[in-house]
Amino acid sequence: MPAVELINISKSYGATPAAREVSLTVEAGELFGLIGPDGAGKTTLFRILTTLLLADAGTATVAGHDVVRDFRAIRNVVGYMPGKFSLYQDLTVQENLEFFAAVFRTTVAENYDLVRDIYEQLAPFKNRRAGALSGGMKQKLALCCALIHKPTVLLLDEPTTGVDAVSRQEFWHMLGTLKARGITIVVSTPYMDEAALCERVALLQEGQVLRVDTPDALRQSYPWPLYAVRAAHMHPLLQDLRAYPDTHSCYAFGESAHLSLAHAAPDAAARLTAYLTGKGHAPVVVAPVAATIEDTFMDLLAQQQPAA
Amino acid sequence: MNKLHPPDVAASRAAPAGPVITCELLTKRFGDFVAVNAISFEVAAGEIFGFLGANGAGKTTAMRMLCGLLGPTEGAATVAGFDVFRQPELIKQHIGYMSQKFSLYEDLTVGENIRFYGGVYGLKGAVIREKTTALLQRLGLEAERNTLVGSLPLGWKQKLAFSVALLHEPAVIFLDEPTGGVDPITRRQFWDLIYEAAAAGTTIFITTHYMDEAEYCDRVSIMVDGKIEALASPAGLKRQFGVATMDEVFLHLARGAKNTE
Repeated sequence: MPAVELINISKSYGATPAAREVSLTVEAGELFGLIGPDGAGKTTLFRILTTLLLADAGTATVAGHDVVRDFRAIRNVVGYMPGKFSLYQDLTVQENLEFFAAVFRTTVAENYDLVRDIYEQLAPFKNRRAGALSGGMKQKLALCCALIHKPTVLLLDEPTTGVDAVSRQEFWHMLGTLKARGITIVVSTPYMDEAALCERVALLQEGQVLRVDTPDALRQSYPWPLYAVRAAHMHPLLQDLRAYPDTHSCYAFGESAHLSLAHAAPDAAARLTAYLTGKGHAPVVVAPVAATIEDTFMDLLAQQQPAA
Repeated sequence: MNKLHPPDVAASRAAPAGPVITCELLTKRFGDFVAVNAISFEVAAGEIFGFLGANGAGKTTAMRMLCGLLGPTEGAATVAGFDVFRQPELIKQHIGYMSQKFSLYEDLTVGENIRFYGGVYGLKGAVIREKTTALLQRLGLEAERNTLVGSLPLGWKQKLAFSVALLHEPAVIFLDEPTGGVDPITRRQFWDLIYEAAAAGTTIFITTHYMDEAEYCDRVSIMVDGKIEALASPAGLKRQFGVATMDEVFLHLARGAKNTE
């Protein structure tokens, strides 16, 4: 039995489609990522799975329970962390946790084992009001509250958005620990580097699933010859690369530009180096590079909306 | 030599000019808590300056002081030639500001937003009309002049917000996490706009949580616990800490932070 299953789920808000015939299966114990920008439909899918929103069409189950018929059962087995901070700002850290435990007719003590690692980081602030916590601390408290009734499926909507790189790294480490305890995790993120930390991901754009696969398979599916190009000044480098006759696409990628060519050629790097040197760039470094998930995602996006 | 007609972007960015932002031992205390602890740096005209730090490191407080929104406790700073202690109103008039959270009025049309911001910054009607046409043309949004901003895709909104923040030709624009939530292609298109503005001489002061974007800055400062712990070009920082990526530089510095709340 899959932990989460969506079959042809569609949902529109007025004339705006938020989910278009989305079908996905998440296996029990899997760490599954929903990857896409704002407006891709990630939150809509979470709200349908948590029984907070009815789909216009299609069916969905969580832990084998139908989201419409068995909504009460789902609410007991799912832990949900909404994208918008939704704990009680006027209650302290400890009061929030006790409240969520009480709502699910359990106690903090009973399930403390599951949240211990995370809650210990919050312990120095346990008497602080939740509204006065930093982004990283709020995120940890929200995760504790989502876990305190020992859910089998954890649904996390953009838990790391707006959070600094250190807290993001700690958060993903916590997800790894929870996964090791057998909890199924569905997590959404706009950060492409986090996609690589999932076992499988769905790439979403404007309510549609562009592709579902493992990070490795997504990287390997990139269809073009790809080069990392470096020179002293990024902006003129990008402009000259975009004007190069055989360029298929060119995007800045940290300290390099990633250039995909329309045709593979054994002397492509040498020809490109000569072209850039002729344009006055120095020092020019051109090297073949393996595609990242972000390269694959941008290629899929460009196919969707040609020449935006 | 030929300062009026720089041969290329790189040379124009390197052209000597007085600093647009100067900061000397700038400090802000809230009671016993030192949010910004004696920070000092200068930002040159046309420079893209990345202002990084962990949550709670003091970035927002520092930025609010530089935008004339919050009075410093001590130290000295000037922005676009104006003093942060004595001339905060003049600073507000001479800077541009854009963040992911605050940009345009969703219930006004594209044209109305431009007219509103032009008016707020004291531009005359004829100038606003002229600039509106040029701006919409440059962004390819001519057909959307009468569209409500709320119905535009997020990426378009951000590009429009950026251009509107530059309408009064400020010497410096402050960008507070401008690319949050947009798709990876739109994020890069946004950087094309940043590069163009910098090449035209506008100073860019930007915060971001995307470490690849830190690489696109001319120089990057990293705040930890209210202090600037590192400030150099991305290549210089990576050399200094002996690591391969800006992500590692950031993690190395921010992991020792005490004020993470």
